[in-house]
Amino acid sequence: MVPRARLVSVGSRGNIPGTYIFDGALALKGYPLNKMCYSFNEAANRKAFLDDEEAYCARFGLSEEQRDAIRRRDVLALLEAGGNVYYLAKFTGIFGLGVQDIGAQQTGVSVDEFRAKLKAAAE
Amino acid sequence: MAQIVGGICTSHIPAIGNAIARGLEDDPYWRPFFGGYPRAREWLEEMKPDVAVMIYNDHGLNFFLDKMPTFAIGAAAEYRNADEGWGLPTVAPFPGDPKLSWHVIESVMADEFDVTTCQEMLVDHAFTVPLQLLWPGRNRRAVRTVPVALNTVQHPLPSPARCFKLGHALGRAIESYPEDVRVVVIATGGMSHQLDGERAGFINKEFDLHCLEKVVDQPEDLARFTIHDLVRLAGTQGVELISWLVMRGALAEPVTKVHSHYHIPVSNTAAGLMVLGVAA
Repeated sequence: MVPRARLVSVGSRGNIPGTYIFDGALALKGYPLNKMCYSFNEAANRKAFLDDEEAYCARFGLSEEQRDAIRRRDVLALLEAGGNVYYLAKFTGIFGLGVQDIGAQQTGVSVDEFRAKLKAAAE
Repeated sequence: MAQIVGGICTSHIPAIGNAIARGLEDDPYWRPFFGGYPRAREWLEEMKPDVAVMIYNDHGLNFFLDKMPTFAIGAAAEYRNADEGWGLPTVAPFPGDPKLSWHVIESVMADEFDVTTCQEMLVDHAFTVPLQLLWPGRNRRAVRTVPVALNTVQHPLPSPARCFKLGHALGRAIESYPEDVRVVVIATGGMSHQLDGERAGFINKEFDLHCLEKVVDQPEDLARFTIHDLVRLAGTQGVELISWLVMRGALAEPVTKVHSHYHIPVSNTAAGLMVLGVAA
């Protein structure tokens, strides 16, 4: 897993471990990425992305960091690159990944283990 | 004169909309959640509201980061749902009440809440799912709606204290409307959940139960939290609890608890429901 210590140096994201505060600094950095993901509200745009991923990313002017994170479908890297989870969910949704799938991916456990953890919170 | 008949707070998780679309209300995973709602529907049957003022947050359907209003009020004759990108079926449009919307806008502006006004506004799952839960099937056409959207996407977010005060202004706005309409104020969102980061899956039952208790009699205690307190205690998306404070602020004292329900988990979220009545 990528070291996360550098997060604290980026703006006022508070000091809550494992948590991104999507503030002005991240919103600025992530704007092209989030704008692309917002476009995925429309089925035609989801198809255009699947037809030619690199061209679609280029249209929105993603940074190299953002394009790399998109290629790897890596949610933590997408957050780091300024993505907001509400828009990113529209991206991961293209591949049928729901919030439990991306929860498992971000926490490094299986989806079943992630679901078990959620259930255990009821105890 | 218009009358506020009470308030409801409920979670609005998209998976609920999928479960409704697939008829899974009695499925073993879903029954403990849906089982909380018949009492709320009965109460609505008794109260017979004409209008539901919906306090909710948009998740990137109507608003994008190009223009992100802190508080936005719909003033349309009809509100449409649309594709949110990840497969939730869309539902039929909901009727608005533009005359009441404009009265509310005039009144809260006079109370120094400088809101964004929307004559066109797509409404996402945070608006549609609670209406589907509370007025199942076609019955939801019976109630007109006034959407009030809060920014919970891009920080800085409105503070819990500010949201509570917006609720006060909203209450004054509704109760000064000269027509005889019965209004229920419905807040959607929460309870604790976090979708993003290494802390994804965070749920805080103790804090949620604290909120369910305090929202009835001591909402001022909840209004004292900062946004960062809420992120820490309820998770990144648990900040949606600010909508509960808007609803609670709109109710005249004293309120009575009619019904509450709490269930972990629905998808990644702790699901809460609270029905509050006011003195007749």
